[in-house]
Amino acid sequence: MFKMKDTIIKLDNVWKTYQMGKVKVNALRGLNLEIRKGEFVAIMGPSGSGKSTAVNMVGALDIPSKGKIYLEKHDISKLPESDLAQIRGKKIGFIFQQFNLINTLTALENVTLPMIFQGIERDERLETGKNLLRMVGLQERIDHKPTELSGGEQQRVAIARSLANDPEVVLADEPTGNLDSKTGQMVIKFLEDLNKKGKTIIMVTHDTNVAKHANRIEFLKDGKIIKRMKGG
Amino acid sequence: MLVDNFIIALKGLRHRKLRSWLTMIGIFIGIAAVVALMGLGEGLRGAIIGQFGFLGPDVLAIRASGINFAGPPGQAVVKGLTEDLAEKIQRITGVEVAINRYIETGTIEFNDQQDIGIAWNVPEGKNRKIFEDMLNLRTQKGRLLKDSDNFKVVVGNDFTKDDKFGKAVQIGNRILFDDKEFEVIGILEKRGSFIFDSVIVMNEDVLVDNFRDGDSVNAIAVRVKELKIIDNVIRDIEKLLRKERDVKEGEEDFTVQSPENALQTLDSTLFGVQIFISIIAFISIIVGGIGITNTMYTAVLERTKEIGIMKSIGATNSTIFSLFFIESGMLGMVGGIVGITAGFILSHGFAFMGRLALGTELIRADVGIGLVLGALLFSFLVGLIAGTVPAYQASRKNPVDALRYG
Repeated sequence: MFKMKDTIIKLDNVWKTYQMGKVKVNALRGLNLEIRKGEFVAIMGPSGSGKSTAVNMVGALDIPSKGKIYLEKHDISKLPESDLAQIRGKKIGFIFQQFNLINTLTALENVTLPMIFQGIERDERLETGKNLLRMVGLQERIDHKPTELSGGEQQRVAIARSLANDPEVVLADEPTGNLDSKTGQMVIKFLEDLNKKGKTIIMVTHDTNVAKHANRIEFLKDGKIIKRMKGG
Repeated sequence: MLVDNFIIALKGLRHRKLRSWLTMIGIFIGIAAVVALMGLGEGLRGAIIGQFGFLGPDVLAIRASGINFAGPPGQAVVKGLTEDLAEKIQRITGVEVAINRYIETGTIEFNDQQDIGIAWNVPEGKNRKIFEDMLNLRTQKGRLLKDSDNFKVVVGNDFTKDDKFGKAVQIGNRILFDDKEFEVIGILEKRGSFIFDSVIVMNEDVLVDNFRDGDSVNAIAVRVKELKIIDNVIRDIEKLLRKERDVKEGEEDFTVQSPENALQTLDSTLFGVQIFISIIAFISIIVGGIGITNTMYTAVLERTKEIGIMKSIGATNSTIFSLFFIESGMLGMVGGIVGITAGFILSHGFAFMGRLALGTELIRADVGIGLVLGALLFSFLVGLIAGTVPAYQASRKNPVDALRYG
């Protein structure tokens, strides 16, 4: 059984302020969050609670207005975009509600794209890509474009893609939001399997049935964590 | 990495086929115009060099020119070159040899069919060999003339064509030039210039005795001993001719032409035409470039979400920049490739029509490898330049906003 150990991501009193015209909006108001290696954490909250902003911070897509973000003990809260892109490419795998595959590329090309950005050789990319697609049960569909795949299949391609560079953390933003409950269950099963294999999973959802699969559920409201629950 | 970026960019273009093709039209037209006209110009230049080509770089041609300015107005008479001039020129320092040339136009008859043609002479004696060497005369069949060859001729390569006289002229055939009968003893190698390919070559005595009116020479061919002194020799010859013909400097009724100054005259004319066409083509290419910029802006906007996705999975700003940059460059280059192909076909088509219409072999198109590569590189560069700003904008997009787009 996998053992929980070091902190992998830590948000320390993170504030994010947006300028909306003349009004300043605080999306995050001193958010504190600590995620340890191997955890499966769900983040829940109503819309407008700052969930998306929090996910962007955890995923190194954005930097805070105030406060610090640590990834494996490194402060990433003030890094330039080019460094953040490298961190995202290597350390974090994204799964989105909208699947966010590139429509002009085939399933295999979508899965290998993150490896191209890391400069991995073609042969290795193709082998890894095929293995990942086999793992999600799409070995027969590698040459299909996203538009030729069902929603569930597209999300499985996205899961395969998120694992392309063998990241520490998989960040799933409403991964079942656009799927029927049966397909959603299958996606959650994949995430659970990944977690068992040692991946840290951070999942944003508003569905309690989905959230209960996590080890821990963090409730977010008005830009802060208001409640913490054990899941599973 | 770069190769992969090329492949991704290409897939993007293929996905938007119609728009990509439409965008390339501007570049396509400009490049096609440049290639077609440069190709024709080059071909024409090559053909004209070919015409002058019987003169090596160290050979001068002296001719009496159109109008004698010294004479009374309206008396536009060409004062011919006298026969003794060659001998005097021969004595100028630096002149290796000066040879009189007689060129006669007449009726050629063979196989009961007639044609207008020209005959020129080969000198007798020791100058024969030098002259043959100067003109680089060689036979494809038969042999060149000897001193004793009366009423024997060597003919140009066009005489072997069936359509010239209904059937090909063979060695041993008899042909008529201005009603005098000659035996064909040699056929010249093909030179690509009517001066050689349609000519009848005969010995000087035969030509002078039978066909010449008056006592002037059509031209004098001069070979200099060393190429580097050619300018001095030209000056001395001009001085001599001014004295002999009693004309002042600036009023010359003769020309001393070197292949180089002949080419310069031609080049300056061709250059003017090519510059004019190039300016028009350049405007077309600029407009094409603006079209590419416009298309790339649209592409960046449309693919904002795609940019966000790529950034979220690890694409850096420079990767995004190079993707759009390459895509734009390829728009230019593919437009260039199509344009070069069209230009190639156009120039050869025009040359073909020109040959049909004017009945001369002179009009040829020559689309060289330098022109092709230059056009290709240029169109790629236009595409790159056109894509710089859109690609930069794409690269600067904030990943969070880009992901939320659309």
